[in-house]
Amino acid sequence: MIEVNNLVKRYGDHTAVDHLSFKIEKGKIYGFLGPNGAGKSTTMNMITGYIASTEGTVKIDGHDILEEPEAAKKCIGYLPEQPPVYFDMTVLEYMKFVADLKKIPKDKKANMIEEVMDMVKISDMRNRLIKNLSKGYRQRVGLAEAIMGYPEVIILDEPTVGLDPKQIIEIRTLIKELKKKHTVILSSHILSEVSAVCDYVLIISHGKLVASDTPENLGKLAEGSNTLEMLIKGEKSQIKQALENIEGVNSVTIEKDEKQNLWSAKVSTEEQNDIREKVFYKMAEINSPIYEMKSKKVSLEEIFLELTASDKPVSAGEVQNTSEDTDAGKADETNVKQTSAETSEQQNNDKGGEK
Amino acid sequence: MTAIYKRELKSYLTSMVGYLFIFFILVLGGIYFSAYQLTAAYPKFEYTLSAITFVFLIGVPILTMRVLAEERKQKTDQLLLTAPVSVGGIVIGKYLALTTVFAIPMAVMCTYPLIMSKFGAVEFASAYTAVLGFFLLGCANIAIGVFMSALTESQVIAAVLTFVLLFAFYMMNGISSFFSQTSMSTCVAFGLLILAAAIIIYTMIKNVLISAVIGVIGEVALVIVYVVKSSIFEGGIQKVLDVFNLSGHFDNFTSNIFDIKGIVYFLSVIAVCLFLTTQSILKRRWN
Repeated sequence: MIEVNNLVKRYGDHTAVDHLSFKIEKGKIYGFLGPNGAGKSTTMNMITGYIASTEGTVKIDGHDILEEPEAAKKCIGYLPEQPPVYFDMTVLEYMKFVADLKKIPKDKKANMIEEVMDMVKISDMRNRLIKNLSKGYRQRVGLAEAIMGYPEVIILDEPTVGLDPKQIIEIRTLIKELKKKHTVILSSHILSEVSAVCDYVLIISHGKLVASDTPENLGKLAEGSNTLEMLIKGEKSQIKQALENIEGVNSVTIEKDEKQNLWSAKVSTEEQNDIREKVFYKMAEINSPIYEMKSKKVSLEEIFLELTASDKPVSAGEVQNTSEDTDAGKADETNVKQTSAETSEQQNNDKGGEK
Repeated sequence: MTAIYKRELKSYLTSMVGYLFIFFILVLGGIYFSAYQLTAAYPKFEYTLSAITFVFLIGVPILTMRVLAEERKQKTDQLLLTAPVSVGGIVIGKYLALTTVFAIPMAVMCTYPLIMSKFGAVEFASAYTAVLGFFLLGCANIAIGVFMSALTESQVIAAVLTFVLLFAFYMMNGISSFFSQTSMSTCVAFGLLILAAAIIIYTMIKNVLISAVIGVIGEVALVIVYVVKSSIFEGGIQKVLDVFNLSGHFDNFTSNIFDIKGIVYFLSVIAVCLFLTTQSILKRRWN
């Protein structure tokens, strides 16, 4: 369906996309995952023909995007990062404009507009000026624009940004429905989103493809170790020694917890090894009460962070860029953690609903 | 193309900008019409038109500043450029919408000679020739404005650039009289232009040898031509600057001449500007 071959985009000395190659097949949902500034949007802009690549080719259904732009663009619906809506139009006017722009035949136009507006639930807003819509509704109007004309491939750049949790779930359900008839590519810097929706994940970092697989397979990479986080009162050296003596413990790190005058200990173990009971008795032996204990599995998230952080370009010319990128990476880290908490709740809700 | 034309026209006619432009042309046209024709009872409408060519200096930048700059700023160009429409189609659709807006005050002005005919004999042919010339002049100015709007994403910069350019073209008669007409000075001016061109080529391709060779060949050719037949340089600067003299080409239309050369000139200006607009949009994708 889509063939991306050795795609490169350079802005001056900075390489935004670095020899990216992949193939997109029909009827699946693909997720582009990467921290801010990884080159996701640039890649999408190149696939859709908004910007041209420095090197490499993009073929959509056999049509090269630069050589046969109109034929290639016909197969694509694109929702960019910022929904490309005109503030001075009403929703209905905008939908009509998009339909004309995509050359939808007149006899099908009215029906298709109604269908698409129902799909993204903006029918009630049809006569409102887009200027007066909230961010979430503008996003939906943008989504409707991408779906209009039912192109074979729908490309969505961060489709759920700015939506409330309920809307996020709705949009995700919608994307999953789109899968029946379309190939969907979406990008996100939120891992839980990608793993919840996509059949296939492409992780991009610094413009390079660092991993591509199904979420399940990526998850398998993660299995292999567990960590236990605890807050303990007592002597540091005593606690450390006691923990290290427990069977199956790989490593122990202890830091002072300033607020509560306790020690915060992190213990990593082999995967199948549950040492919580042993830790409890051991601490009781040395009279060190445990205030808190959390068992944490290494998640997709950490793999994502590891993959996207470890692959830093080291060439001298790009030192400045690298520092920027790591800042972005850090900001992203917190982002990912917050949202994962949110979304795991949502997923639970989802499951509850299904039952 | 038609989708873009319709949207653009509607957007101009539902916002202030379009009406402001129409209002501005009609007010100034009306004032001069009242003064020349209604008060002084002068039977030639073309005088009014030739007196108000300065309306474009302010009117056109207001009309054209947002046409492409706004799209880029609001990122709506992502929709247009990823839709199955050619860039040329986008530019032409937008340009036609602008000329349609401009045609509205022109249609109103077409009634002025009819009003005049109530009070005496009016030469309709020459009056409407002038109206046609005025319309073409306006369309050429709008094309320049569209090109300027494609160069930047700031509406203010687009408006200022358009104004400066249109003003320079408007004053071109005066500007070209600054320069001496002798063949020697023309030759020197052309020599400097070739030097500048060589430097521009260098900044683009960053190759000293090639740009130096181009520069030297140009200068040598210039000197040879000067030595062989210096008379062809006489008034050369004026001839070159005359290409930019838009309102100068309008003058014939107001003096009872249906100027085919002038029509071709204005159409060429429009074609060149729209071509450059398309190219500048296409080029931006590669940056």
